[in-house]
Amino acid sequence: MTDPAKITDLKVCSLSHPDPEKIKQELIGKYPTKVARKRAKQIVVKRVEDEDKVPQIGANVRTVPGLIGQRGCCYAGCKGVVLGPTRDIVNITHGPIGCGFYSWLTRRNQTDADAGPDGANFMPYCFSTDMQDEEIIFGGEKKLKQAIREAYDNFKPKAIAVFATCPVGLIGDDIHSVCREMKAELGINVFGFSCEGYKGVSQSAGHHIANNGIFTHVIGTDDAVPEGKFKINLLGEYNIGGDAFEIERIFDACGFTLVSTFSGNSGIDDFARSHTADVNLVMCHRSINYVAEMMETKYGLPWIKVNFIGAEATAKSLRKMAAYFEDDALIARVEQVIAAELPAVETIRAQILPRTQGKRAMLFVGGARAHHYQELFKELGMSTVSAGYEFGHRDDYEGRKVLPDIKIDADSRNIEELQVQADPTQYEPRKTAAALQRLAAKGIKFAEYDGMMPAMTNGSLVIDDISQFETDLIIERFKPDIFCAGIKEKYSVQKHGIPLKQLHSYDYGGPYAGFKGAINFYKDIERMVNSRVWQYLKSPWQKNPELAATYAWQ
Amino acid sequence: MLLRHTTEEIKERKALTVNPAKTCQPVGAMYAALGIHGCLPHSHGSQGCYAYHRSALTKHYKEPVMAATSAFTEGASVFGGQANLVQAIDNIFTVYNPEVIAVHTTCLSETIGDDIPQIVSKATASGKVPPGKYVIHANTPSYVGSHVTGFANMTKAMVTYFAEPAEKRSKTLNLIPGYVEPSDMEEIRRLTELLGIEAIMFPDTSRVLNGPLTGKFRMYPEGGVTTAALSKIGAGAGTVALGAIASGPAAKALDTKCKVPCEILDLPMGLLATDAFIDTLRRIAGVNVPEAINYERGQMVDIISDMHQYFYGKRVAVVGDPDQLLAWTKFLVSLDMYPVYLVTGTPAGKKFETALRDATRDVPQEVKIKVPGDLFLFHQWIKQAPVDLLIGNTYVKYIARDEDIPFIRHGFPILDRVGHSYFPTVGYRGGIRLLEMMLDKLLDRQDRDAPETAFELTM
Repeated sequence: MTDPAKITDLKVCSLSHPDPEKIKQELIGKYPTKVARKRAKQIVVKRVEDEDKVPQIGANVRTVPGLIGQRGCCYAGCKGVVLGPTRDIVNITHGPIGCGFYSWLTRRNQTDADAGPDGANFMPYCFSTDMQDEEIIFGGEKKLKQAIREAYDNFKPKAIAVFATCPVGLIGDDIHSVCREMKAELGINVFGFSCEGYKGVSQSAGHHIANNGIFTHVIGTDDAVPEGKFKINLLGEYNIGGDAFEIERIFDACGFTLVSTFSGNSGIDDFARSHTADVNLVMCHRSINYVAEMMETKYGLPWIKVNFIGAEATAKSLRKMAAYFEDDALIARVEQVIAAELPAVETIRAQILPRTQGKRAMLFVGGARAHHYQELFKELGMSTVSAGYEFGHRDDYEGRKVLPDIKIDADSRNIEELQVQADPTQYEPRKTAAALQRLAAKGIKFAEYDGMMPAMTNGSLVIDDISQFETDLIIERFKPDIFCAGIKEKYSVQKHGIPLKQLHSYDYGGPYAGFKGAINFYKDIERMVNSRVWQYLKSPWQKNPELAATYAWQ
Repeated sequence: MLLRHTTEEIKERKALTVNPAKTCQPVGAMYAALGIHGCLPHSHGSQGCYAYHRSALTKHYKEPVMAATSAFTEGASVFGGQANLVQAIDNIFTVYNPEVIAVHTTCLSETIGDDIPQIVSKATASGKVPPGKYVIHANTPSYVGSHVTGFANMTKAMVTYFAEPAEKRSKTLNLIPGYVEPSDMEEIRRLTELLGIEAIMFPDTSRVLNGPLTGKFRMYPEGGVTTAALSKIGAGAGTVALGAIASGPAAKALDTKCKVPCEILDLPMGLLATDAFIDTLRRIAGVNVPEAINYERGQMVDIISDMHQYFYGKRVAVVGDPDQLLAWTKFLVSLDMYPVYLVTGTPAGKKFETALRDATRDVPQEVKIKVPGDLFLFHQWIKQAPVDLLIGNTYVKYIARDEDIPFIRHGFPILDRVGHSYFPTVGYRGGIRLLEMMLDKLLDRQDRDAPETAFELTM
C-alpha cells in the first residue's frame, strides 16, 4: 500500500500514453477534407510553456451532419435543463408529442416538494399540446390557448410556461402573444420560450433563451427580502441526484441564507425574489452566466465562480464565499464546518486511494462537468488524459478573458442578447469600489472563470464536441481506466471493456457534490475501475483455445 | 404522493395531453431500421431528435444505439436540409461505412417539405453513395400517429426499397414480427424453425439490441435482416404479419407491389393468439406441428389450469401500444380476468377501438376504453375505482406506487428493469413467462396483505 497523499498535497500523475499529436492526426485523417479542417480546430493538444496561456480551441460551432456526437437541441437546454428542475411551474411543450415525452422525468432533477409553500410539484407530469397535422397546416395557437386553460382548470398552478418546438417556429405560431393573452385571462404568470430545437448549435442556445425568459418574466417581481444573513443565490446547480440537497446542508451549517437556486430544488417564488440576495454564486458557468451578468447590471449583485465538485474545491468555494462577506464570525464558522467535514472525507479517500491512484480518466460531458469532475479524479490520484465539452464555448475552455476575441457567428447572433440597464429603483450595488478592491487584493475574483484548460496537464488532449469515431479511436489508443460521458455513449464504451461513468445522470447514484458527494464519488469510481466484471470478457476456452484430442480425460 | 395533482374528478380535455401513452414516429423508425443488418439510422432533423431517440432506446435496451443526424440549424430550417443530408451521407459512408443508411424525417423536415428521394438522388449523382450501398427513407412526421406508426412506416420502407416482384414464388415465408422486443423476434424465429419453415423476418433486432459484452465494440452487430434477404421478400410464398398496426402496412405494401399474399394476425401473446400464429404458419406452409411445440403449449395450458383461481375475476388496467393492448386484452379475457381500463396513446382508429370493445364484450364489469388516451385519464379512472393489477411501461410505476397496486412492466419504454431484451413474451414460452410475472405480483400482494392467521405456505 502506498502512503495516501493528503488532499492538500496532490501530486499530478504523469501522463504515460501515446503521442497526442499523432492521435490528433489519426483522428482528422479519417475525415473528408472540409470536415478535417473544421475538426482540427476543435481538437487541441494542451502544450504550453507559459502557464498563464492556453491554446485556442474551436467551440460552440455547428455540429457536422452525419458525424454522430453527443449534443442535444435548444429545446433540451431550455425546457429540459434550466426550467425542468423547478417544481411549481406547469411547463407545456407546444409541439408534437415527442419533445415533451423525452424530457419527462429523464434528467433526475430531485426536488423536495413538501418544503415548498404549497406542496405543488408538477415535475412528474408531462404537459403537451400534442400537435397534429391539422395544427401544422392551420396553426396551433388556438390549441395552445385551450391547453393553457385546461392546464389551469385541472391544476391551478401559480405559473405556466410554454416551450416552442421546431415546427412551431416554422409555422409561425406567436406563443408570446398567446401567453400574454392567457396571463390576462387567468391572472397568473404565463410566459413563453422560443426554444425551437434548430436554434443555435447545441443545447447551449436553449440555456441562453431560458436565462433571458426567466430574467424577463420572473426575476425581480417580488421585492420582499427574505430573512437571514449572508444571502446568496446558487446559479447553475440542477440537483441531479440530490447535489443541491448536499450543498444546501453545507450552506445551512455555515450560516448562509440561500435565497434561490437556479434551478435545482427550486420554486418560482425563489426566482422572483432572487435579486434581493447579496451575491450570486455560479456553479455551471455555461448554462447560467447570462443571468448572473444581467442581474449584476440590473440589480447590482456581483457574481463569483464556485465549484462544489470535489472536497477540496468545496472547501475553497466556501472560504471564498465567507471572504466575500468579510465577517469574522462567518469565516470562523465556515472553517469549523470544513474542519468537521473533511476528516470523514479524508478517511474514505485514504482507504480508496491505493486502488485508484495512477489510473487514467477521460471526460466528455456538458459545459462544466468535464472541468469540475477533474477535481474529484485528482483527489483519487487519477489523471485526466483527455477531456472536452459537449456544448461549451471558448470561454469555458480558455477562460472569460477570451470573451472579447470570440467571433459571433450567424448561429449565435440568432439568439437574442437582452439589453439590460441598471433598474432605477431596484439597483443597489452590494459592494463599494473600495470593498471590491480590498477583496480583489485577497484574491477574490469577480465575474471571472478561468476555464477548463488551465487546469489540465500539458500533453492532454482536449476535444470539443467529440464524435463517436473519435471516442472509439481514443479509447483504442489510450485504453483509459474510466470514461465519463452520457447514456448514449455508455454502452458502446463499455463494449470496449472500459467502464463509463455517466456524468449527466450519475448512473442513478449521487449526490456527488459537496463533502458527502465526494465520498459517494470516490466509492463509485473505486467500484467501477476495480469491478471484477472486466475480467470476465473472455471465456476460459477463448483464453486457452487448445483442443483436447479426445473425450478421454485424466 | 408522486402524482399529487391527479384527482378522480375528470374534466374534459380537448387540447392538453397530460402524461402521454405514446411518443413520436421517428423513434419507432429508428428502432425498425436497427433491425437491418449493417444499417445506420439517420434522423433528418435537428440534432435534438436523434439525441432523444438514441437516449430513449439506449435506456430501454442498455445497449449501444447508433444513429446519425442532419443537425439542422436555423439556416437549414429556412432554406431546406438538402446540403445537410448530402454532407451527412458523405460523412457517414466515409467514416462509419454502413451497408444501408435508413433516413427518417422529423416534424421539422416534414414541415418544410424536404423531398428525401430527390436529395438522395442528388447525393448519389455526386458520388456520395458508394456502389453497392443503399440509402432508404421513410416519412415519419412526428405530428401524425405515434412511435408505432414510425415503426410501421420504416418497415414498409424496407418493402418499398428492397422487395422485387418475382416471376417464380419461392417456398420462403416473410415474417413481420411487429414492434416487439429482440427477444420476441428471436422466439418467433425459433418457433418458425421448429415448424421447419424457411422464413425471412424483417425487421429483426435480435442480436442487435441484446448483444454480448466481449471487449470489442461492433458498430454494426451481427444481427439484423440482410439486404440480400430483403431483396428476396418479393418472391416469398406469403407474408405473416404480426400486429395489424405495426406490421399491417408493410404486409399490404408487399402484396400490392409484389403480389405476395398476406395474413395479418394479432401479436402471438397468450395461448389463443399463439395458437392462431402456429396454426396459420402450419396451414400456409403445409407442415405438421412438431411434438416440441405441442409440449410447450400443453405446459402453458397446465399452468393456467393449476393457477386459475388466482387469475379469475381480477381487475386489470392495461396501457400500451395498440397491438400489444389488443393481445393483452384477449389474453386476460382468456384467463377469466377482467381488463377494465384500456388505453393506448396511439390514434389507432375506430376499427381498433371496436376490436377492443368486441374482445371485452363478455367481461361482466364496466370496461373503459380510450383510443387515443393518456396516463392522466388512466390514473383518474383508477382513482375512481381501483384495480388488482396494472400493466404498462415504466411511467406507470408512478401510478402503481401512489395507488399501491401490483404492476407489471410491459411495452416501451422500460427504463428501470432488465429482462425484456432477453426473455420473450410471445409464443407459449412467452405466455408462460407472462403468467409467471402476473402470478408473482398477485401472490406477492396476497402474501403481503394476508393476516398472519391466513398466511399460506402453499399456493
